Amino acid sequence: MTIKLKVNREERSIDVDPDKPLLWALREDMKLPGTKFGCGAGLCGACTVLLDGQPVRSCQTPIGSVGNAAITTIEDVSSQPAGPAVLAAWQELDVPQCGYCQAGQIMTATWMLGEFPDVSPDDIDGMMSGNICRCSTYMRIREAIGQAAKTVRTGEKA
Amino acid sequence: MNAPAISRRSFIAASLIGAGVVAFDARLALGAPGDEAAGTVNAYVRILPDNRFVIGAKNPEIGQGVKTMLPMLIAEELDIDWDQVVVEQTPVNSATYGRQVAGGSRTTPTSWLLMRQAGAAARSMLVQAAAAKWAVDAGTLTTASGMVSHAGSGRSASYASLAADAAKLAAPALEEVPLKDEADFGIIGTSRMGVDTPAIVTGKPLYGIDTDLPNMAYAAIEICPVFKGTVVGFDEAAVKAVPGVISVVPVNSGLVEKGSFDALAIVADSWWTAKQARTKLNAKWDDAQFRKFSTDSYVEAAQAALAAPADGAIFKAGDAAAALKGAVKTVTADYDYPFLAHATLEPQNCTAQFDADGLTLWAPSQAPEGGRAQIAELMDLAPEAITIHLTRIGGGFGRRLMSDYMLQAAQIARAIPGRPVKLLYTREDDTAHDYYRPAGWHRFSAGLDEEGSIASFADHFVTFGEDGKPVRAAGLSEDEFPAPLVPNVDLSVSYLETNMPTGWLRAPGSNALGFVFQSFLDEVAEAAGVDLPTLMLRTLGEDRVFFPEKGAGAFNTGRARAVIEQVVKDAGWSHARPTPGSGKGRGFGFYFSHLGYFAEVLDAAVSQDGTITVEKVWVAGDIGSQVINPMNAMQQVQGSVIDGLAQAMIGQKIDQVDGAVVQRNFDGFPLMRIDGAPREIAVNFVKSQYSPTGLGEPALPPVIPALANAVYAASGKRIRSLGFA
Repeated sequence: MTIKLKVNREERSIDVDPDKPLLWALREDMKLPGTKFGCGAGLCGACTVLLDGQPVRSCQTPIGSVGNAAITTIEDVSSQPAGPAVLAAWQELDVPQCGYCQAGQIMTATWMLGEFPDVSPDDIDGMMSGNICRCSTYMRIREAIGQAAKTVRTGEKA
Repeated sequence: MNAPAISRRSFIAASLIGAGVVAFDARLALGAPGDEAAGTVNAYVRILPDNRFVIGAKNPEIGQGVKTMLPMLIAEELDIDWDQVVVEQTPVNSATYGRQVAGGSRTTPTSWLLMRQAGAAARSMLVQAAAAKWAVDAGTLTTASGMVSHAGSGRSASYASLAADAAKLAAPALEEVPLKDEADFGIIGTSRMGVDTPAIVTGKPLYGIDTDLPNMAYAAIEICPVFKGTVVGFDEAAVKAVPGVISVVPVNSGLVEKGSFDALAIVADSWWTAKQARTKLNAKWDDAQFRKFSTDSYVEAAQAALAAPADGAIFKAGDAAAALKGAVKTVTADYDYPFLAHATLEPQNCTAQFDADGLTLWAPSQAPEGGRAQIAELMDLAPEAITIHLTRIGGGFGRRLMSDYMLQAAQIARAIPGRPVKLLYTREDDTAHDYYRPAGWHRFSAGLDEEGSIASFADHFVTFGEDGKPVRAAGLSEDEFPAPLVPNVDLSVSYLETNMPTGWLRAPGSNALGFVFQSFLDEVAEAAGVDLPTLMLRTLGEDRVFFPEKGAGAFNTGRARAVIEQVVKDAGWSHARPTPGSGKGRGFGFYFSHLGYFAEVLDAAVSQDGTITVEKVWVAGDIGSQVINPMNAMQQVQGSVIDGLAQAMIGQKIDQVDGAVVQRNFDGFPLMRIDGAPREIAVNFVKSQYSPTGLGEPALPPVIPALANAVYAASGKRIRSLGFA
């Protein structure tokens, strides 16, 4: 069936099975491959996207359930309030190793810093614990979030 | 100037390749002069008209940073600025580019000199071109930032403006091209962001799974759950009745004989459709003879093997049994560890297209030439008819040294000629169809003399083998510390049978052996009334090199001593052994692997209910005279440390029942999460005079015994078996 969606600030219309997970609709039907498949079970966070600014596991979200919610993927994360600061810190500290999980890490971190720019180290570990990094770039992720949080708090341009 | 390039084992050729672009192709001989079998490697630099430089990176990038590191070596000696560099992945062709493998932490040691020579030779030709143009002595010219300058006349010219002239010059002998003094490095030893990082953080397609071609089909796969079982039948009509399904293709994954099939690929117009249709497959397998293999059967067989004489000897010196009898103190203990999966976050995948011109693959492979050879053999194709495009790789850890996913994709593509097809495993497929780190069992005994030195050391190792040889990654070598340094030694082995495919997991062998040997040595140290660093230094003795025939792989006791002393200093280690059980403890571990020497200290807290918290880890490592990209190097070490902790303390294990793997996803085979990672990992590189070596692996092995020894210090309980949560 034809489904209308708001993806990365654009209206899209795709012909797709409404049960198809958002992850696969993004990757296959909308040619947005930045959102990654890791587990297909909501366990690793590689497929994290934002729906109306809130993080969801796109592998567990049927495309038919998205409705009018605005979808933001890694390809447009800079449109989010904390997005530019997060992207700048991620590059300055060269967070990725293999890089495969980083889209999901960045989406969660961007949501988190948009809502809670005063996060403590414990908050960071708690809110980022749904995103697995198999290369274990966790030290660098914490550091980058700390740096981005500072940028967000001071209102500096990233 | 120089003799014609053709007479040289190594040479560089420059040529105008159009639109003002000049290519420098360096052909670099590997190995010692006369050792032609060692082969050659090509490095290339293309000078663009705007004075930017395209540098080829030849090895697979799995997150270890070689796509950035290799061009850094060339750029350093070419004397250009890093922001003038454009990196591109070279084609896969080892006849041209030399070894193109991401494995064994070998890219750095095999490239350190060669890549620098290539850059230096290109620079030398550009300088010669400027000298000829200005009629000055080349020795009066200097270079920087891609410019040649003559201080005397104030003249300067860009490399791009000199490139066409340089292309006409005879090439220098690479071995004679002067290299920079290490003190003059401006790129090597400085932190450089990964060349793909901007694309990664903005979600650009880079990985194998992102391959997207016109008219592409998608494949899901069902592999016989019992390894080595073969296809008997399946419900083709039911699968094909699903709208969007194209075909079902029987596939040989490389575990069964040529001509038989152990997997079924479901091809459809979307991967989601293929995955849904797979539920209708109802596959029947011939696997009865392999269902006898299980974790329980291995444990039972291992206990029986430990109680019986060993199958064979690995290393014997003196008389270990007699020396044990005569020892002042003896220690015995059994250790074991489970099978492990690699769990790369990007599931196994490969895209392939078969047509009249041959087979083309887009492969996230750590060893693409291995895949080419296996496909050629299995599918009766000429190796030249196979083209491989290397993609960025979403985690390697050794999983992608194997080529099963390439073999499978190639066969699927041949069944639908003319149409590209992307094969993708589910996470469940990926976990249940790996090439696993083999499980192992060790029975140790050691005897101490009156001075508290190790007089006798024995290990009966029970591992998996065939025909009296260990299966892949299941061996133990004769130089395993402390064997070469103890007067009476008996390393022996017994083999169990398995149908589990085994393979190399990051720091293969070492990731398990580091745990058992260094943990047992902590028990020996305790019996000797000393701490493990003291026993290590006592056992190492004077500075010397064991097995010198191994070259850089020879064990250098002086380098070992230096990192042990450094980490002891950094961590403020006390040589007094505190009484175990206070709830807090420190542990030590040392390991030499992949040419790197690493000593680590770990602080752990163990709560009343047994919960282990790792508070801080100190690392001292010697990987030679230079840390090429410090920002990346720090990540490799910290990631290795956390990876090792994941292997040890969060319940990672692969079990087998009725010949098949039990675990399926990250609930059954957990990965470390950020809230389990230590808050602090302090890394100190001990610079030595030796040529730089790799960093993907050697920092991992010591952390596991450091943890086990810290847990003992904190709780009084020895960890002798891994796989607990």
